[in-house]
Amino acid sequence: MEQGSCLFLWMGQGRITIMYDICIIGAGVTGCAIARELSRYEADICVLERCEDVCCGTSKANSAIIHAGFDAQEGSLMARLNVEGNRKMDRLAKELDFPFRRNGSLVVCLHEEELPVLQALCERGVRNGVEGLRILSQKEALEKEPNLQNTVAGALYAPTGGIVCPFLMTIALAENACVNGVRFRFDTKVMSVEKADGFYRLETDRGMVESRYVVNAAGVYADVFHNMVSRHAIHMTPRKGEYFLLDRRAGTHVSHTVFLLPGSMGKGVLVSPTVHGNLIVGPTAVDIDNKEGTNTTREGMDTLAAQAGLAVRDIPLGQVITSFSGLRAHEDGHEFIIGEPEDAKGFVDAAGIESPGLTSAPAIGSMVAELLRERMDLQEKNGFVAKRKGIVHPLDLPEEEQSALIRDNPAYGTIVCRCESVTEGEILDAIHRPVGARSLDGIKRRTRAGMGRCQSGFCAPRIMELLQRELSVGLEEITKSGGSSRIVTGRLKESTMERSEKNSQEGEA
Amino acid sequence: MTIETYSVVVIGGGPAGLAAAIAARKAGILDVLILERDREPGGILNQCIHNGFGLHTFQEELTGPEYADRFIVQARELGVACELNTMVMGISRERVVTAMNREKGMFRVQAGAVILAMGCRERARGALNIPGYRPAGIFSAGTAQRLVNMEGYLPGREVVILGSGDIGLIMARRMTLEGARVKVVAERMPYCGGLKRNMVQCLEDYGIPLKLCHTVVDIQGRERLEGVILAQVDEKGRPIPGTEEAYTCDTLLLSVGLIPENELSLEMGVELDRVTSGPVVDENLETNIPGVFACGNVLHVHDLVDYVSEEAGRAGKNAAVFVTGRPAEGERRQIPLTAGQGVRYTVPQRICVERTEPCVKIRFRVDAVFQDSYISVYRNGERIMHRRKAVMAPGEMEEVILPGAMLEACTGSERIAIKIEKE
Amino acid sequence: MEKRELTCICCPRGCMITVVTDGKNIGEVNGYTCRKGKEYAEKEVISPVRTVTSTVRILGGERPLTSVKTKTGIPKDRILACMQQINGIVAEAPVRIGDVLLEDVAGTGVPIVATKAVRPL
Repeated sequence: MEQGSCLFLWMGQGRITIMYDICIIGAGVTGCAIARELSRYEADICVLERCEDVCCGTSKANSAIIHAGFDAQEGSLMARLNVEGNRKMDRLAKELDFPFRRNGSLVVCLHEEELPVLQALCERGVRNGVEGLRILSQKEALEKEPNLQNTVAGALYAPTGGIVCPFLMTIALAENACVNGVRFRFDTKVMSVEKADGFYRLETDRGMVESRYVVNAAGVYADVFHNMVSRHAIHMTPRKGEYFLLDRRAGTHVSHTVFLLPGSMGKGVLVSPTVHGNLIVGPTAVDIDNKEGTNTTREGMDTLAAQAGLAVRDIPLGQVITSFSGLRAHEDGHEFIIGEPEDAKGFVDAAGIESPGLTSAPAIGSMVAELLRERMDLQEKNGFVAKRKGIVHPLDLPEEEQSALIRDNPAYGTIVCRCESVTEGEILDAIHRPVGARSLDGIKRRTRAGMGRCQSGFCAPRIMELLQRELSVGLEEITKSGGSSRIVTGRLKESTMERSEKNSQEGEA
Repeated sequence: MTIETYSVVVIGGGPAGLAAAIAARKAGILDVLILERDREPGGILNQCIHNGFGLHTFQEELTGPEYADRFIVQARELGVACELNTMVMGISRERVVTAMNREKGMFRVQAGAVILAMGCRERARGALNIPGYRPAGIFSAGTAQRLVNMEGYLPGREVVILGSGDIGLIMARRMTLEGARVKVVAERMPYCGGLKRNMVQCLEDYGIPLKLCHTVVDIQGRERLEGVILAQVDEKGRPIPGTEEAYTCDTLLLSVGLIPENELSLEMGVELDRVTSGPVVDENLETNIPGVFACGNVLHVHDLVDYVSEEAGRAGKNAAVFVTGRPAEGERRQIPLTAGQGVRYTVPQRICVERTEPCVKIRFRVDAVFQDSYISVYRNGERIMHRRKAVMAPGEMEEVILPGAMLEACTGSERIAIKIEKE
Repeated sequence: MEKRELTCICCPRGCMITVVTDGKNIGEVNGYTCRKGKEYAEKEVISPVRTVTSTVRILGGERPLTSVKTKTGIPKDRILACMQQINGIVAEAPVRIGDVLLEDVAGTGVPIVATKAVRPL
């Protein structure tokens, strides 16, 4: 499956071999941010993604937080890119039209004797270049966030902390890259990367791909690809984080992102509103072996339930609408690895992108693009489109505009997902726009249909029907999230159908 | 924006909405409007193709679509207006309904009385906190029912069902008849959640085991479901280590409870009951907002549609009385009705001192299985009713009718309670 | 004679009824609380019947299928044979409620009737 503006090059006896200037492995937020920045230049660029859509790995299952940048070690790449990424976010969100809000974050200190640790964190933040940091007294903290535990000793307030929709951010970056000529090849798993004479050969499960430069944005698999081309091995540990997502009724329980001061109580979990008005609680942090281990666990849920209330009181855990788990790509050195290994020129890592990876993505994108621009002597292209419009949600519009929209396109007058009030018009747009949705999860990430309290119980059959009609495929082909995740396994009365189809064929003959 | 006016506006065209609209019409209201979000009226009955509906209402056994059709035909003949494919977006306390559809866009209707009949939705996996992966192949039973009975597709071939609610039991039979293999129905509680009849005709007939005190503790398979782990639970519902059993399956159906859909009610300020998750109503089925009534599964989850129709008929009639000007009222004096020992909830939750009907019908559910017990009604601590019942179970709704005589000379300061007693 | 225990399904009460029977004749019946329940138990032991409901494919209709039922109960042991025949039916729109789509299902003498109307496309 390929979505993009250029055509395949057919060579040999029906075997596809394509030579790109740059191949990016992985269509997560990092890969898409890099693709978008590179799409400013004249180059033949392709993103290879093993899943059927962008944003299918770590990017889809995280805290959705734009970190202020006081956490990372001074002088680290992490600290620099975090603060830089944070600063870029307002403009990027505006240009690409995705939801982002600076709701501010609070690091809560529960014990007086830990206040010096809070102070140190604040000072580190200042040195990292974080603006507006302030230590709040108990009274100030409770005024800002009334549902904090009354026993709070103090809090670090970071006004630049924010929340974002990681799906829409990744999708926006990808769509914009696609509009600017980057090709996306989904359901394409890279099996091996091999150095050749002046280029790299990537063997995929859909044929060979050749590229002069390769960007490794493969998330928890980045070490695998890196180690294929470099003797300086890196090692990534999937670090599992489990989350609860609560109903919108609970979405105003806190208005800031509330962290617990790392300390004697362990790392703790954060409690935050999401840009869509839900409440998120998490993550846990457990190192595992399995790079596919995105299952939630009883232990993880118990941990969340036990730790959720440490900093914030009375969290209505009865209103959990779903729980999920994501894997952070934790590199042994706990630092972003960005650049070419010295023994693998032309192969650019963007590895070890764990938290604050989402925040840093725009800065990582710029950094990698700049690196390749210099190395490849890339020229800016004419007609780069910097702006992208998101899917219009009619209910966000003033009434007159709503009515006009429905008059022009009645599909906007039909609600398909009741819980999130998503219209048919939005779903059709999600399917037909660049890098469009092809699965229920693809629709969900783009429109929120199925993300509400009924978790797609009502709208799934409707959305399947729309996907079937618009993509001209059988309902049996519709998947939840690509691969073998088919929703239905067959039609009823299959034997009857075959017979009636046969009859009608005979009739035609 | 267009503003229309209707004397009675019914939110939802399922069994409750249809019966309410018909009753309002029969009570003399000429302009009754149903707003229905689906493409046809009838609600969930359209996908309930099994028989067993209407024994009380029509003294014959109908399938869901047939039962719905009787009401649809009647509503049509009586000239009840119905807007299909129409989503109600909000209702104001002054009973202005804002709705949306393809043809009209956003529009408003000023209602004399509003009847809430939005039905309910199924509890989803997320609310259960079942650990594991999130593959395709996990359906709420009603979603699977729609796929099978209305779209003609089989959700899977090897099935485990969690929860013994009626839809789950019905789907066990339905999937079996269409060639799937239903391996087990697991129920967390020590009793079956569905009707006896369904237990016999949907499970026993096909040799499908029902495992009480069991739940799903793990979900396996990253893309499509590959299996689940069942475990026995203790009396507090916690899985007992060492009792785990693996089942391979490509489909897990959830029939673990229904939740009244009261988002609209909440937004407009209708007071909800914490147990039923439906509005708090008086014996006229009127909510705390005057002129706003509720009936059917949005009020409390029913197990028989016949009771829904009957209840909705009362709501429709009372809405008509409200519109035509009910006896002048000052402050509404109401007696609270409490669910005592053994009773989970009652509907109504309060009774007006100045009643329009002589008798008061009270529906309730018990909180455990009771055998050879008594339903007792107390007024200010004095037992005024005592009736023996051989069996009562949480899955089956109970009913008592308080004759007017028992409520005579009430002033509003009384307390009435229903309890289950051994003697 | 054997003693059979069954759950009455005539109403939501679900009485536990015991029937003493040799498979052809009825002996003592206990546990029922109404006449219908006693009749049900006797019949259920000697010749159990069930209404079968399913769907039938429709050609040229505004929807791909209609729901159907056996007009009355059929012997329990004919359910699978009945389903096989139902699976073989293809009808053409329009279909009205009560239309007979098959005269005699699986030799029971009972017709298959539509329970939902389907208008032509």
